[in-house]
Amino acid sequence: MNNFAYEQAENIGKAVEFSSNNSASKYIAGGTNLIDLLKYNIATAEMLVDINHIPEHKAIEEKSDGSLRLGAFVTNADTAYHPQIEARYPLLSKAILAGASAQIRNMATNGGNLLQRTRCYFFYDPATPCNKREPGTGCSAIGGYNRIMAILGTSENCIAVFPSDMCVALAALEAVVNISGTEGDRSLEFADFHRLPGDTPHLDNNLKEGEIITSIDLPEKGFDKNYSYLKLRDRSSYAFALVSVATGLELENNLIKEVRIALGGLAHKPWRVKEAEDFLKDKEPSMENFASAAEMILRGAIGFEHNSFKIELAKRAIVRNCMMALNPESQQPGAQPSL
Amino acid sequence: METITNHPKSARNVLQPRVLSLRVNGAPKILEVSPWVSLLDGLREYLDLTGTKKGCDHGQCGACTVICDGKRILSCLTLAVMKNGSEITTIEGISNGAELHPLQKAFIEHDAFQCGYCTPGQICSAIGMIEENKAHTRTEVKDSMSGNLCRCGANTNIIDAIMEVKEAKNHE
Ligand SMILES: Cc1cc2nc3c(=O)[nH]c(=O)nc-3n(C[C@H](O)[C@H](O)[C@H](O)COP(=O)(O)OP(=O)(O)OC[C@H]3O[C@@H](n4cnc5c(N)ncnc54)[C@H](O)[C@@H]3O)c2cc1C
Ligand code: SF4
Ligand code: FES
Ligand code: FES
Repeated sequence: MNNFAYEQAENIGKAVEFSSNNSASKYIAGGTNLIDLLKYNIATAEMLVDINHIPEHKAIEEKSDGSLRLGAFVTNADTAYHPQIEARYPLLSKAILAGASAQIRNMATNGGNLLQRTRCYFFYDPATPCNKREPGTGCSAIGGYNRIMAILGTSENCIAVFPSDMCVALAALEAVVNISGTEGDRSLEFADFHRLPGDTPHLDNNLKEGEIITSIDLPEKGFDKNYSYLKLRDRSSYAFALVSVATGLELENNLIKEVRIALGGLAHKPWRVKEAEDFLKDKEPSMENFASAAEMILRGAIGFEHNSFKIELAKRAIVRNCMMALNPESQQPGAQPSL
Repeated sequence: METITNHPKSARNVLQPRVLSLRVNGAPKILEVSPWVSLLDGLREYLDLTGTKKGCDHGQCGACTVICDGKRILSCLTLAVMKNGSEITTIEGISNGAELHPLQKAFIEHDAFQCGYCTPGQICSAIGMIEENKAHTRTEVKDSMSGNLCRCGANTNIIDAIMEVKEAKNHE
C-alpha cells in the first residue's frame, strides 16, 4: 500500500472539492474493495477522501412519487434488512444477502457496491498483462485460464465480469443512480451506468472523474409477489457468482403481464435482453416459454476455452429461477439458500 | 490521562501522524498512526492486542473480525483513522474478568478449534450474529458464519457451540 494523505469530507461539496483539487485522490466508503486493491498496489492514491462522515445520504427514504431512495452511504446490510426493502423490494434484499459475508455487508456501502472492480485473476496479478489495469498491455484471460470470465458483450480487449450481486437486482428493478460533481447533479438510468469493455476496458462505468454517487432511486414497482434471485457458484456461500439471475414477475389471470430478467456473472455489466422480456408478455409462465426466452437471452453468447459451460448453465438458471419466482413462499429473505 | 501509543518499533517516527481516540474493550485509548495503518495493525502493533488475528489481510478469511460500534466488521479492510471515536470490542474484551463469555465456554465444551487461529474471529463474528438476530435455523447460522473460514475444519463443532449459546439465549 502506498502512503497517502487522508481527509474527512463533512459534506458532498467538500468531498467533490477535495477530489477536484487532487486528481490522484480517491473516495473511500466501506473500504472493502478499495483497501484490498490498495494493498496489492493495483489501486494507488495520493489522498483518500473519507465520505463516511457526510450526514446526508445515510437514510432510506420514501419519495412522494412512491419511489424509494437509497442513500449511497447506507451499508449493504442496513439496506437488505430495511423493512421497506424487505416488504417492497425483496428481490434486492435477497441479492444483497447472496453477496460477500455478513461482516463485509456491514461495511460495504450502496455507492461502493456499484463501483467494485472485477475479480479477474489477471487484473489482480500485476505480473501479467491486463488492459483494464494497464491499457494497451493485452488481455491475459483471452487464451489464458478464463473459467470465471464473460460470455456476453465481450471485446477483443477484455472479457472480465462485473461481480456485483446487488447490481443484478438493481438492473431488474430499473433503478436510477443520482450523482453529484463539479458540474452539478445528474442522474443515470441503471442500464446506462455500467459499460461494456469495447476498446476502453479500463472504464467500468460512466461516472466521470471526481463525481460522487449520492443515492439510488427504486421505482415504485418492486415485484414483491413474484420474484427470485438465484446465485450459482463454486460453494454455497461466500463466493462470487458463476451465473446469477434476478427475476421479477407480474402476473394477471395466470398470464405474464410484466417480467424482468437480469443476469450476473456473464458480462461486464448486469445483462438484460428486452426482446426476451417482450416475448414473455401475455404468455403463460411455463417452462417452455421461459426456455424460449432463455435462448433469446443467450443468443450471441461466445464461450472461451474454460467457460463455455456458462452458456448452458445460464439457460437452465433462467428457467429455474423464473419457475421459482412463481412460488414466493420459497423466496422469503432468509429462506434456505437454494443450491 | 492516557499516554499516546506509538508504534513500538518506530516510536516518534510516525509519518503524517494522526492522533486518534478510541474506546477499546471499554477503556479509552489514544494512539498516533499514519493514515495507511489498518485497524487490524492498529490493534495488534500499536495497542498490543494480538488476540485479533491476521489471516489473509484481504477480507477473505474473517480471522480479523472485531465488533465496532456494535457491528461485526473485518479490521483488515478498514483504516484505523476511519474509526476515530469508535467503540471497539476484541476477543480480549468479551469475558467478564475471569468469567469466560458463554461462547468461549461453549467453544471449549464442543472442541470447536484445533490450532485456534480462527477462533477469536469466529467468536467475535458469532457475538455480532447473535446480536443481529437474523439467522435462526442451523442452515441460516452456517450461511451467516460463512465469512469465517476454519482451515482446521472444526466448522461442525463451531456451529454446534454457537447453536447452543443461541438457543440458551432464546430461552432466557
Ligand atoms: C472476500 C470478498 C467477497 C465478496 N463477495 C461479494 C459477492 O459475492 N457479491 C458481491 O456483490 N460483492 C462481493 N464483494 C464485494 C463487496 O460487495 C464490495 O467490496 C463492496 O460493495 C464495496 O463497497 P464499499 O463501500 O466497501 O466500497 P469502497 O471499497 O469504499 O469503494 C469502492 C470504490 O468505489 C468508490 N466509491 C465508493 N463510494 C462512492 C460514492 N458514493 N461515490 C463515488 N465513488 C465511490 C471508491 O473510490 C472506490 O474506488 C466481496 C468482497 C470481498 C472482500
Ligand atoms: S479480462 Fe479484462 S480484466 Fe481480465 S486480464 Fe483481460 S483485460 Fe484484464
Ligand atoms: S485477515 Fe481480515 S479477513 Fe482475513
Ligand atoms: S481452529 Fe485452526 S483455523 Fe480454525
